[in-house]
Amino acid sequence: MSVVTIERKVLQKNDDLAASNRELFARNGLLVLNIVSSPGAGKTTLLEATIEELKDRARIAVVEGDVQTDIDAQRVARYGVPVVQIVTNGGCHLEAALVAAAVERLDLDQVDLLVIENVGNLVCPANFDLGEAMKVVVLSTTEGADKPLKYPAMFRRAAVLIINKVDLLPYVNVDVEEIKRNAQHINPKLVVFETAATARLGITEWCDWLVARLAAGHA
Amino acid sequence: MHELTMAAGILDIVQQNVAAADAGRVRAVRVRVGDMAGVVPDSLEFCFEAIVADTPYAAAFLEIDRVPALATCGECGCFTRLAQPLFVCPACGAMGMALQSGDELQVVDLELDDTVEGAA
Repeated sequence: MSVVTIERKVLQKNDDLAASNRELFARNGLLVLNIVSSPGAGKTTLLEATIEELKDRARIAVVEGDVQTDIDAQRVARYGVPVVQIVTNGGCHLEAALVAAAVERLDLDQVDLLVIENVGNLVCPANFDLGEAMKVVVLSTTEGADKPLKYPAMFRRAAVLIINKVDLLPYVNVDVEEIKRNAQHINPKLVVFETAATARLGITEWCDWLVARLAAGHA
Repeated sequence: MHELTMAAGILDIVQQNVAAADAGRVRAVRVRVGDMAGVVPDSLEFCFEAIVADTPYAAAFLEIDRVPALATCGECGCFTRLAQPLFVCPACGAMGMALQSGDELQVVDLELDDTVEGAA
């Protein structure tokens, strides 16, 4: 037997591409968010509410990741912001190479805030750096307070937790404080917001925070 | 099933480190998988088997070295193995222990079978 020593990260190729995306975003002074959640947590509605709130304060562009269809891209395009759709055809997560190809179709000089909406999945996207400044994990109240404990990798790698659908709290058996406690046991640095995107509740607080990040040049 | 992407990544790395003529001689590929890496070792093995099946690397299998999640408490200095992904210090209750190991996902090395002829 002869041994060939390798010592290389399995995802090195993706990480290298993510680093080159990050350099491109920094050169253009972009703040880039990677929004992740399980399907149906309210990512697209939150994005619509965010665009509505911020469209006069920042130039926004969107990269939409979906397994099939461009339904979400159509929804977002109605707000008059540039949208690029990535259809993964069954792929369970976005990768840096897909994002690199997508942003080639955007004029990044004309963008301050780039929002990448990942495929709805709390597991796989956790492992793939896209070159973003931060992962924003959206968890809806209907999913239950145990989700941060069940999907720790995602909550550990996120910088922001948005607890969405708080307007449904009277109807669901969940305690927001327990969600926060569980999430902070995984990642005490998480910045937490509470929203009801459909009812446009809590959006101002979240957007003001984003504007402060933009002003701080957090690219 | 992101393990399929990772298995493809492993095969890619193997191909970069082995001459094409020696593909059939690759016996074992050793990978390091941390307990907190967000990867299911059984899935990774299954995907790797599937992905090499119809390639010259069909004889290769994965050897997975598990790496325990070890963390240090910033408050009291306690160094411990985390059995669960809860970053709470078992000694003082402080949150936000710093992971020292357990995030790894690396190809370590591979073994070539010297008894198998390379297709020169």
